[in-house]
Formats: sequence, C-alpha cells, structure tokens
Amino acid sequence: MANIDIEARKQELLKEGYTEVYTKTKVLTDAVMHYCPGCGHGTTHRLIAEVIDEMGIQDKTVGVSPVGCSVLAYNYFDVDFQEAAHGRAPAVATAVKRLNPECYVFTYQGDGDLAAIGTAETIHAANRGENITMIFVNNGIYGMTGGQMAPTTLVGMRSATTPYGRRVDLNGYPLRMTELLATLPGTYYVTRQSVQNPGAVRKAKAAIRKAFENQKLGKGLSFVEILSNCNSGWKMTPVAANKWMEDNMMPNYPVGDIKVDGKIAEGIDVNRLVLDHPLTVMQ
Amino acid sequence: MAFKGQIIVDTERCKGCGVCVPVCPVKCLELSKEVNGKGYNYTQTVNDKCIGCASCAMVCPDGVISVYKKQI
Ligand SMILES: Cc1ncc(C[n+]2csc(CCOP(=O)(O)OP(=O)(O)O)c2C)c(N)n1
Ligand code: SF4
Ligand code: SF4
Ligand code: SF4
Ligand SMILES: [Mg+2]
Repeated sequence: MANIDIEARKQELLKEGYTEVYTKTKVLTDAVMHYCPGCGHGTTHRLIAEVIDEMGIQDKTVGVSPVGCSVLAYNYFDVDFQEAAHGRAPAVATAVKRLNPECYVFTYQGDGDLAAIGTAETIHAANRGENITMIFVNNGIYGMTGGQMAPTTLVGMRSATTPYGRRVDLNGYPLRMTELLATLPGTYYVTRQSVQNPGAVRKAKAAIRKAFENQKLGKGLSFVEILSNCNSGWKMTPVAANKWMEDNMMPNYPVGDIKVDGKIAEGIDVNRLVLDHPLTVMQ
Repeated sequence: MAFKGQIIVDTERCKGCGVCVPVCPVKCLELSKEVNGKGYNYTQTVNDKCIGCASCAMVCPDGVISVYKKQI
C-alpha cells in the first residue's frame, strides 16, 4: 500500500483547526531504528531525544553509546556521540564532561554493558560523583548476542545460557545495580522507571528530564534505570513481553525514585538491597 | 470538554509490534491485514472515536504516530 503523504496530511489537519499533540522529535534522525519491533530501546531513545529537544540543548549534548543492541544509538540521535568500548561508557563520559563542562553528557547502556563487563566503570564514575547522566536499559538479558544470562537475569528466568532457568546456587543473585549506586555519596539522583504503558512512559520521561537538568547543579551523578522488554531474547510477542515484565521484572526491580536530591527517597527502605528475589516461572 | 482526535501513522515505518493497540482507551486501533514494504502489518484506525490522547504515540518505540486534536 502506498504511504500517504504525511506532511500534506499534517497541514490539512492544522487547516481544519486541529492542534498537534505529538509528533516525532527532530532530535531523532530519520534513520529507521534497527531494534526489533516493540523493543523498549526505541521508546527510551525517543524520550531522551524529546528531553533534549524540550530543554533546547541539542547543540550542547554529547551521548556515549555502549556495546549491546544500542551500539548504533549514534545513528538515531542528531547530537554529538562517542562510541565506547564495551562497558566503558562512564569512563569516556567522564573525560567528555571534564573537558567540556558546559556540555550535557549522557551514557546509554544495557545491563550486560553497565552491570557486567562495565561494573567497575559504573561504580567508580558514580563514586567519583561525575556530573553526568547515565541511562541504564535493563532487559535482564544480553539481547544483542542472542539472549544469554546477564547479572540482572531473574531467578528462574530462562536464557540461552540458563535454559532451565537461572539458579542461585550456580549463577548467583540478580544484581540490583541501581539500589547499589544509591548507597554511594557520589550519586545525586537515582531512579528506576519503565516504558511499557503510556503512564510509565510519561513518568520515565520526567525522570530523564530531571537527570539532565541536574547537570546544571554539578552535584553528582544522575542515574536512570529503565526496565524494558527484550521480546526477541525472551521469545515472546512484544505485548506479552510487556506484560511479563510487569509480572516478573517489577517485583524484583521495584519502579520509582530511590534517591532524590542526594537523599534516599521517602518511603525507600535501604534494606531493599537485600530483598529476596521472587522465583520467576517462564513458560 | 470533549475532543476529537486524528492520528497519522507512518505506515511504511511501522513495525507492526502491536504495543499501541491495547493502550488505546477507545479501541480505535488495529493491525492491518495488508503488509507494508517491509512485510509488517501496520497500525490503522478502525473507527472515528479517537480522542487525541496520544497514548498510542507514547508507547510507540519507533515514533511513527503523530497525534492531533481539536475541541468539539
Ligand atoms: C569485550 C567484549 N566482550 C563481549 C562482547 C560480546 N557482547 C556484545 S553485546 C554483549 C552484551 C549486551 O547486553 P546488554 O548490555 O544487556 O545489551 P542489550 O543488547 O540487552 O541491550 C556482549 C557480551 C563484546 N562485544 N566485547
Ligand atoms: S534483541 Fe532484544 S534488546 Fe535487542 S533489539 Fe531485539 S528486543 Fe531489543
Ligand atoms: S490518540 Fe488516543 S484515542 Fe487516538 S488512537 Fe491514539 S490512543 Fe487511541
Ligand atoms: S507501536 Fe508503533 S511500530 Fe508498533 S504497531 Fe504501533 S505504530 Fe507500529
Ligand atoms: Mg540487556
């Protein structure tokens, strides 16, 4: 079917008295994202780009992309970007920010990148209180390489390397990197969000906005975890994967602010670090 | 205050993931039976109940939905 002329249709609606509620931001390029249909990486990209657009900081923003499915993130954002070696984005972002303190610098990383091979860089950038924004897309798996277990994989969750489900005795516990970082004095804002429904998306965007705004204050690192589906790795349809994420990821990784303005958020029990991990049953 | 909405779907860029379909509060979205150039069943409106709430656009990973509304 021939695609309709979108620009002409927009003009037509405006002439008919409609106002624009939403259209894709120009901070995203026209490149078609290579992500699987329904993958939360795309949604997260959109939100970051919308925040950059709304803050008017497109010419002052530098992103650092990871290794993982989002390795090509630089193709989709119309801002300056630097690719980092696997897990090293926070170290690269440290240098970019220190050399260009007037710039807004963010890393964009998956859980394999940020919480496995890059654990040292993540923890030390946070502990040094680098004045950067880190976006952490947690899908509980190594999406890019075919769905192997990540440190974040749930107990009982199947992956290519845990075909019968993750076992604590063999594979250890899922790592709550975000709670861990909240205990470090170098972090100023630490939050966990998700992007599976319109309400969650709006909240995630507000969190990303805050994490970028914080760079003006120079008070430390802002860290936003985004729970996201890897429908291909989980071997589910996108809609089923979003539901599975709510039912299984969220009890293990509770959504909400953990640290705000340098203080543990109200109602957050720091014992959450050692919360039991409910067993996940994957069909 | 009531609103009438209109969406424009960039059907050639839609990946047919379907995550926009269940979030529409007035059930005006469905995946097409036909496929686009990439072989995906794209999103289309099936009635004129759209209220321009932009819920569909919020969850679309590829930003292919534009939303418009006017007061009626
Ligand atoms: C030094 C090095 N070790 C291992 C790999 C293989 N590798 C590529 S991506 C990846 C993990 C990606 O997982 P994650 O960061 O969770 O990203 P996702 O694809 O899930 O978004 C691994 C182990 C690599 N490219 N380089
Ligand atoms: S493999 Fe998973 S994380 Fe990677 S693009 Fe596909 S759904 Fe997204
Ligand atoms: S804007 Fe709202 S009402 Fe209109 S199609 Fe999208 S979700 Fe449905
Ligand atoms: S969410 Fe976007 S890509 Fe997915 S079916 Fe709807 S319009 Fe298409
Ligand atoms: Mg991952």
